[in-house]
Amino acid sequence: MSPTLPDAQGRFGRFGGRFVPETLMAPLIELERAWAAATRDRRFQRRLGALLQDYAGRPTPLYFAERLTEASGGARIYLKREDLCHTGAHKINNVLGQALLAARMKKHRVIAETGAGQHGVATATAAALLGLECDVYMGAEDVERQALNVFRMRLLGARVIPVEAGSRTLKDAINEALRDWVTNVRTTYYLLGSALGPHPYPMMVRDLHAVIGREARRQARRALRRLPDVLVACVGGGSNAIGLFHPFIGDRSVRIVGVEPGGAGIATGRHGASMTAGHVGVLHGCMSYLLQSDDGQIATAHSISAGLDYPGVGPEHAYYRDAGRFEFVSITDEEALEGFHALTRLEGIMPALESAHAVAHAMRLAKTLPKSKAIVVGLSGRGDKDVHVVARALGKPLE
Amino acid sequence: MSRLDTTFARLRARGARALVAYVTAGDPSLADTRRLVIEAERRGADVIELGVPFSDPIAEGPVIQRAMNRALAAGATMARVLETVATMRAEVSVPLVLLTYYNPVLAFGLKAFARTAADAGVDGAIVADLPPEEAGPLAAEAEPAGLDLIHLVAPTSTPPRVRLIARRSRGFIYVVSVTGVTGERQEIPADLAAQIRTLRLVTTKPVCVGFGISTPAQVAAIGRLADGAIVGSAIVRMIEERAGSRTLVEEVGNFIAELKAGLSEAGGGDPLQTSPAARRKA
Repeated sequence: MSPTLPDAQGRFGRFGGRFVPETLMAPLIELERAWAAATRDRRFQRRLGALLQDYAGRPTPLYFAERLTEASGGARIYLKREDLCHTGAHKINNVLGQALLAARMKKHRVIAETGAGQHGVATATAAALLGLECDVYMGAEDVERQALNVFRMRLLGARVIPVEAGSRTLKDAINEALRDWVTNVRTTYYLLGSALGPHPYPMMVRDLHAVIGREARRQARRALRRLPDVLVACVGGGSNAIGLFHPFIGDRSVRIVGVEPGGAGIATGRHGASMTAGHVGVLHGCMSYLLQSDDGQIATAHSISAGLDYPGVGPEHAYYRDAGRFEFVSITDEEALEGFHALTRLEGIMPALESAHAVAHAMRLAKTLPKSKAIVVGLSGRGDKDVHVVARALGKPLE
Repeated sequence: MSRLDTTFARLRARGARALVAYVTAGDPSLADTRRLVIEAERRGADVIELGVPFSDPIAEGPVIQRAMNRALAAGATMARVLETVATMRAEVSVPLVLLTYYNPVLAFGLKAFARTAADAGVDGAIVADLPPEEAGPLAAEAEPAGLDLIHLVAPTSTPPRVRLIARRSRGFIYVVSVTGVTGERQEIPADLAAQIRTLRLVTTKPVCVGFGISTPAQVAAIGRLADGAIVGSAIVRMIEERAGSRTLVEEVGNFIAELKAGLSEAGGGDPLQTSPAARRKA
């Protein structure tokens, strides 16, 4: 349970590492050094802190969801309100830090991948703020199902490049972003949006999102006069989850639960639950659990939420799962929709479908725990972007 | 000495350069791959590189991406590619090198891969997303099996990395000519000569250049700088366009002969004659 992970090779135990074409090795080492220097630079830290507070809207509240708690009947449910961040999701925490780093490294162009569009919107936002050129790769299927976010990115001045290859989702967007980066590495900063990829990305993205967990810790001490009993967050690549979980890893009394997308159900094979049904392999620069065939070909993930539609998971999650520190469960599309409706109707908070997975599991878990227990849910994003997906699921598609 | 070592030694002794021809195994079918490999050797390829398809080939441009997708759709797997090599090895005497990604190798098992590949008659392996820092476990299996693990050096590689790669690479060193993915390009980069000179300062191992080399003229130009030129996308695009045609094998063979002719005209001489490392050795 070392808090000093990853090691010098970017490893979390056997997970992580730097499995990339040689062209990217020297730039990744340069990035690692630049990040280390930035973390020691007081001015950089002050600037990031000021942006997180005055621009992104931090700290975000820890909200006691009383009606949701009553409806679940059991443990108290608290929501860490990342949905209230500027641009509507936790993604902005990481993006502001990396965009400042890009500017510090004198890279005037940033590229990003996006699934649901939240990371793309956040990146386009930071690029507008700092005057950087911005290209966002997005799977063609996601471009269709997240049209609102595509338009938001374009309004912000970013170019959205639909990726037609493979499963036309997040995985393929990352492939294409990596190919762009290999080609333009001297002038371009790759602003990766999840806690995965080659070292130092999993570490850097975690460090930038750990503000979620640090705030939650402080807020729980005030609200509960102690630490929460359980943390619950959804896990696609795992950025919001590692941000919430990481500051609690040493607190053995706190149970930590990651919620994977169960899609149509694990038994159907149409899901994105790499921890539940995956095997160790290498994709996008790191070793972790992956959905793959016996022959080592990457499988297509399925989820109603574009942001969880990824066949792998961040390497640090894989490490703490094997170490027995993090538990992983899955929630199906249908259950996530139930979570969406429950939170919307009971609390007037419309969660992103990603976050609705965590809400659904927290409700289920609350029932099994006494009222004296407290659950903190990472409410990673708001649901405006998913309204048309929900409408379609209700059989009332919007025009 | 491995088959790659003897091949390059023989070429150097003649003052000749190697034509390295790439095809994606299983595109359009493994039976076609077998015919294409035999024809490639017959028409002048000195080394043949066989791509083992992967679903997410991040170092490939669109042409080889499409080829890998076709090969996967047609049922090519690591196991079937190795079987194909085993059955054709008796008819092919040039070195055969696999080009793939780490996940299919991991899924096969590192030890099983090294042994099965070597037993099948594979001479070397290039794993596009396995830099030397991560290659220890595979190298530990490949070396005793007699499989040469070939590393790539890129335009962004720093001098310490160039030394590390030159030391670790077996068979030859694969010079990536441009920052980018595989694919045909109009120009050979101006700084390629300097990149190769830097490499020659630290090694006497054979140096082959790939990425963006697609015409007989470009092959000839590379022949003046390096021990070998690697042509991939141009051949693969021809296979894509002619797949299903009865003249596929013949037309690809003609193209390889043209590439080879360019190389033969490049003129001979010891590629190391200007190499300080070689002079030190001498």
